[in-house]
Amino acid sequence: MAKFSVWVNGERKTLSVDADTPLLYVLRNDVGLNGPKFGCGLAQCGACTVLVGGKPVRSCVTPMSAVKGPVTTIEGLGTLDKLHPLQRAFIEEQACQCGYCGNGMVMSAKALLERNPAPTAGQIRRALNGHLCRCASHNRIVRAVQRAAKEMRS
Amino acid sequence: MTSRRQFLKSSGALVIGFSLAPDLALPQASPARLPGSLNNNRMLDAWLRIDPNGSVTIFSGKIELGQGIGTALSQIAADELDLDLKRIAIVHGDTALTPDEGQTAGSLSVEQSGTALRFACAEAREILLSAAAAKLGTSPGALKVADGTIAAPGGASLTYWDLAGDAQLKREATGQAKPKPPAEHRWVGKSIARRDIPKKFTGGAAYVQDIRLPGMLFGRVVRPPSPDAELVSVNEAAVRGMRGVVALVRDGRFLAVAAEREEQAVRAREALKKAAVWKERASLPPAGDALYEHMMALPVARQTVTEKTSAASAPAVKSLEARYTRPYQAHGSIGPSCAVAQWQEGKLAIWTHSQGVFPLRADLAKVFGVEPAAVRCTHVEGAGCYGHNGADDVALDAALLARATGGRPVKLQWMREDEFMWEPYGSAMVMKLAGGLDSQGNIVGWSHELWSYPHSTRPGASAGVNLLAAQHLANPLLRQLPADVPQPAGGSDRNSIPLYELPNVKVVKHYIPEAPLRTSALRTLGGYANVFALESFMDELAAAAQANPVEFRLRHLKDPRARAVIEAAAQRAGWTRKAPGDGTRGRGFAFARYKNLACYCAIAADVTVDRKSGKVRVTRAVAAVDAGQVVNPDGVVNQIEGGLIQSASWTLKEALRFDRTRVTTRSWADYPILRFEEVPQVEVVILNQPNERFLGVGEGAQGPAAAAIANAIANATGVRLRSLPFTPARVKAALA
Repeated sequence: MAKFSVWVNGERKTLSVDADTPLLYVLRNDVGLNGPKFGCGLAQCGACTVLVGGKPVRSCVTPMSAVKGPVTTIEGLGTLDKLHPLQRAFIEEQACQCGYCGNGMVMSAKALLERNPAPTAGQIRRALNGHLCRCASHNRIVRAVQRAAKEMRS
Repeated sequence: MTSRRQFLKSSGALVIGFSLAPDLALPQASPARLPGSLNNNRMLDAWLRIDPNGSVTIFSGKIELGQGIGTALSQIAADELDLDLKRIAIVHGDTALTPDEGQTAGSLSVEQSGTALRFACAEAREILLSAAAAKLGTSPGALKVADGTIAAPGGASLTYWDLAGDAQLKREATGQAKPKPPAEHRWVGKSIARRDIPKKFTGGAAYVQDIRLPGMLFGRVVRPPSPDAELVSVNEAAVRGMRGVVALVRDGRFLAVAAEREEQAVRAREALKKAAVWKERASLPPAGDALYEHMMALPVARQTVTEKTSAASAPAVKSLEARYTRPYQAHGSIGPSCAVAQWQEGKLAIWTHSQGVFPLRADLAKVFGVEPAAVRCTHVEGAGCYGHNGADDVALDAALLARATGGRPVKLQWMREDEFMWEPYGSAMVMKLAGGLDSQGNIVGWSHELWSYPHSTRPGASAGVNLLAAQHLANPLLRQLPADVPQPAGGSDRNSIPLYELPNVKVVKHYIPEAPLRTSALRTLGGYANVFALESFMDELAAAAQANPVEFRLRHLKDPRARAVIEAAAQRAGWTRKAPGDGTRGRGFAFARYKNLACYCAIAADVTVDRKSGKVRVTRAVAAVDAGQVVNPDGVVNQIEGGLIQSASWTLKEALRFDRTRVTTRSWADYPILRFEEVPQVEVVILNQPNERFLGVGEGAQGPAAAAIANAIANATGVRLRSLPFTPARVKAALA
């Protein structure tokens, strides 16, 4: 076991876990968050995506020892009472069926809008191309990101 | 465990009692048929409860799996009861609380549960009104209801909640109460935002994976490396001694571990995998094209599905034959299957994303030799399942492991490879079509012959146990050889009977009950492959008749609703008579009525074919759908759009990989699916029929989408592809 001090959604967390523990399990089981999901454990699907230092990472293959910046999860964007524009847009566009992949979509979209506040549909598709959605809500997700981008610009 | 009685008590409701087993009280003479699932769950209080705190809880045996059923059912109930939608709470799929509606499958939730709730709520409203009329000294007809407040002409009023104790819902439904006419609907027909979505985008506890119980352990399974591998030995001590490991279960060839922490369980699983020695057998069929020859050579009964002859038909002057194939395909849920199990005092509690909590309970009770009442299965959403995936199997895995943890609950989630290697796949199929045209270019003969493994091996069969680990135990529980789903819905032969008006039709199936690779319900069952074949062949015949494919279909169809969706899709797509594409761009058309019983759906698809790489892209698709009365238009659009794109993924990319011993699809790298940059633009046109009954929509688009793509490729290139999926290598070879 090793001791880690990590900022998660603006709160400092001190954790004693093995250094090779994937960040995903720490977020879900030690911090008690639901947002990041286990999908493949292989960095193939994107359901576990969180931001570390503002960059999207696949938390299922990121050992705690490699976490070198503050962590933001979907819980850190906003709450039911105070939604982040991306969360609001995904809800308004009804941009899911099962929604299991939705966490990763929102987090990668957040990173995209940070670097490109006015992405085209094609740029959004490219940015999310590494995320899998099995219910096939892709077009709704693209519309949700466009809607959020518009709200965030205004 | 909370019983329904306790649940009702603790929630403060004035109850009305509990009556989920009304069959016992019924007279022997067969009772009058009641609408939808009311027929099997005949007591009103099984469906709804008026709470004194000003809300109404509806109970449904159909579960939310991201299709929005909770919202749609609430809309139906709110309309019949004259309530604001916000007052309606819903409880889904819980063996202790809800009616038994079997599986949430077959696109039947609105048809069965929605119809039941509509009639139950309409009748409850009548009962409430008549109780109110007695108290207010007026007639029920003079009363008006607004959001649960019942007002008499003179201004006196009462609420549903005032009447909760008086209004007797503990009675059998009559089915006689008249539901509201569509013109009086306030909620039905509107795109009400789904109630399950906000928590899914804010980190709420939305899935079974999010359940956390005090003292909960994390579990993992170690499956055999191949379907028929036997466990020779395993060094248990090496794993039991690992940090955090609390339990290790070895029973026959079932292996599982539980640990304090999830990463410890994953690590223990890896160690247990290494510690196990297996003896494998080459028990799988050949892969690739040889699979289809293998299936066609198996000695199984040839069964006639339908046969129709007409002596008056003109002779065929042109005949065609074609063989179509579909490989094994995976459900491929994004979240691997998961369940939470806890044993306390001989009783088992399971939290599960199973599509059928009652059938699952029946099988679990058989495995553990207990009464069904000793098992409670509570549905909690999982990742989308698209049919019978590992949801039920993992519930047994968790229950077996939780027997070894001294009462501590266990959350067990499969790893990605467990899901790909052990889910029950959509069956491989072969379809041989033959047809003849008369001198006018009309179809005079039609034959459809198919070969298929089972499409329904779900739990809850009358005999045997259909849970994976039950077959792996030292004393395995027998599995019943699965029967095919009978017509008119059909299983392997679903949608094999053409809806077209044809003088001579013969449909024959070769149903293969013994499956070397376990198969079960994947969205549409045999419908996807049969419609792919049937609607591809329609285009082949249209081409032979030198007819426009849309006109050719209309020429052979009388059903006005079928004709209407075809015309609507063609019109929205801007369908023209323009013949072949330019070699790289084409457009295809297809139609089906799902199960020949549910929604009507026609699709026009545009594709581009890169002749150099063989890569096909669907650029745009237009679907027209008639789902009868539409409860939630956006829900219908979402189902059709999702089904269409998922089918494009099956059609262009998906095939399970295996060799003679093992399934070799382990991860998404071995099983590519459609990605954002490959997804077409989709438009959905709804032909609403407010005066018609509900028609299920969740599986309406898959068959037509596959055929529309095949037809578009043929239109673009002049080359007909008949073997799914249309991978670049296959397309390239066909174009060479």
